[in-house]
Amino acid sequence: MILLGKNLDELEALVRAEEMPSYTGMQLARWLYGSEAASFAEMSNLSKQSRTVLENKYQTGFSEHVKVSVSADGTRKYLFPTGGGRFIETAFMPEARRNTLCLSTQVGCKMGCLFCMTARQGFQANLSAGEIVNQLRSLPERNRVTNIVYMGMGEPFDNTEEVLKSLEILTAPWGFAISPKKITVSTIGLIPGMIQFLEKTRCNLAISLHSPFDEERRKLMPVQHVYPIRDVIRELIRTDAGRQRKISFEYILFRGINDSDGHIREMARLLNKLPCRVNLMRFHPVPNAPLEGADEASLVRFRDALNAKGIIATIRQSRGIDIEAACGLLSTKAMLSK
Amino acid sequence: MQIQSELNFKPYPISNIQHLNSNSYLLSFQRDFDFHAGQILALKIADADTPRYYSIASGINDPQIDILFNVKPGSTFSPRLAGLVPGDLLQVSSPAGMFLGTAGPDIWIAAGTGIAPFRSMMRSGLSNGKILLQGASAPESLYFAEEFRAALGEAYVPCLSRHSQPGIFHGRVTDYLRQLDQIDTEKTHYLCGSAEMVVDTRDILTERGVPFGKVLAEVYF
Repeated sequence: MILLGKNLDELEALVRAEEMPSYTGMQLARWLYGSEAASFAEMSNLSKQSRTVLENKYQTGFSEHVKVSVSADGTRKYLFPTGGGRFIETAFMPEARRNTLCLSTQVGCKMGCLFCMTARQGFQANLSAGEIVNQLRSLPERNRVTNIVYMGMGEPFDNTEEVLKSLEILTAPWGFAISPKKITVSTIGLIPGMIQFLEKTRCNLAISLHSPFDEERRKLMPVQHVYPIRDVIRELIRTDAGRQRKISFEYILFRGINDSDGHIREMARLLNKLPCRVNLMRFHPVPNAPLEGADEASLVRFRDALNAKGIIATIRQSRGIDIEAACGLLSTKAMLSK
Repeated sequence: MQIQSELNFKPYPISNIQHLNSNSYLLSFQRDFDFHAGQILALKIADADTPRYYSIASGINDPQIDILFNVKPGSTFSPRLAGLVPGDLLQVSSPAGMFLGTAGPDIWIAAGTGIAPFRSMMRSGLSNGKILLQGASAPESLYFAEEFRAALGEAYVPCLSRHSQPGIFHGRVTDYLRQLDQIDTEKTHYLCGSAEMVVDTRDILTERGVPFGKVLAEVYF
C-alpha cells in the first residue's frame, strides 16, 4: 500500500491498525509532506519497530522524474512515470517574484477540446492524490515553489475526489501547508466538480472560456453541449465565488475565430456581474488543429478593449515554447515513441 | 436547459433492463416528460450518488426512455446500474444538453455506446438524408444495427475493427474515412464516442477540408 496521498485521518487509522503509537500518524504526515526524506529508513523519529513494519508492508509512493527539458526562459518540464508505462508532465516556471508549478491530474483527457494536445492522447487514467502531490514532493525545486496551478494534463473536475484530496494535503498544516491563495485550479467548467471545489476549498479558480458564444464554444469545446458557459457563470454568481477567491477566465486568442469586437462586447456582457479577470493566452500550435494564434497587436487590442469595458484583462506570458511546454506535447511524444 | 444545481431528480421505476452483450445493457423506464432528440439525462441510484450523464437512446414519441450503457472497468456506478431489476427506482434528472439533431442532411459518426443519441434522432424522425458511420469492435456491439439498416438503407455504414464480416467495413470509422476518395465538406458532421475517437475523427475531417465549425462532438465523461 502506498502512503503518499493519504490524509491525516487515513494515516492515523493506519497507525492504529498497526498498533503503533497514536502520534505516529502526525509524524508520518510530516515526513511524507514536510520533509525530504526519501525512505522510511530516514524517518528518524519513528520507532525502529514502526519503521520495520512500514518498510515490510508499505511503500512511500515517491517517484522520481525520468526526463527533464530545460527552456531558455528557465522553465523546466518534468516527465514523471505513472502506472502502465504512462507519463505525466509537470512544469516548473521560475520568475523574478514567484515560482509556479503546473500539475497534471489525469493521464490524457476525455474532454476533446479542439486546440489541446493532451486531447490527442485520449483518456488513459485518473491520477491518485498521491500521484498528484508527488509532482511537488519529488520535484528537485520543491522548496522554491511559491505558487501551484492545476493546469497540466487532464480536467481536474473529471477527477474531483482525488483532486480535492490533493488540495487538502497541499494546504493542510500537517501537509505541505501552502496557502490556498497560492493555488489555482483550472477547469473547462464541469459544474458538479466545481460546486464541490467551491464548497470544500478556498483555492482560486480559473475557467477556460475561449468563446463567449454558445455555438462557437461548442465547436471548440464539446463540454459546452452539457455545461454551457452561461450556466457555469450563473453558478459562480449564485455562490458568490468571486468574492471568496480569485476567479479568472482563460482565453486563447485565435486569429479570425474569437478575436472580433463582437467577442469583446459579449465577454463584457457575460462577465459583468462576476468579480473576475481575463487571462489572454497565445496559442501554441498543435498538430492538425485547424487554428492559428492571433498576432501580438490583436492580443494588445483585445486586452485594451476589455479593460476599457471594465473587465481586467492581462496577456499571459508564454513559457517554455522551445521545450514544447504546451500541455501534453512532451508526454504524447513519450507515449508515441514507446 | 436547467443548470446543474437546479436539476430536479425524480424517481422512476425501471420497466426493463436488457443485457445486450458481455458488458452492455439497455435500461428502460416509462417517461412523463418531453425532450429533444440528442439530449442527455443525469442518473443516480441513491441520493448521495454523484450524477452520471447518459444520452437518451429512444425517440421523442416513444413512451419509454431507453438508456444504453456499458459496465466500465473501475467504474463504481455502472455495475450498480447493471444490477438493477424491473421495479427498482432510478433517480432521473430533467433532460439537458445541446447536442441536438436537425432535419438537415447531416453525417452521423458514432463508436460504441456513442450511437445512443443517433438512435434517438433516428427514432424521432430525423433520419432523412442522413449518413451514419457506426463503429464497434465486434458485431454484438453494433447496437441497433437492424433498426439503422431499415431506416437508412445504404446510408448506414457499419464498421467492425476486430471482426471481418461480409458487407461490413473492416476497420475503425477513422479507417473508413481515410480510405474515402472524397469527404463532404458542406455537411455538418456529428460525432459521438470516446475522446480519442472524437479527436482522431475530427482531425481527419478537418485535414480533408471540413471546416471545424461543421464538426460537432459529444464526448463521454
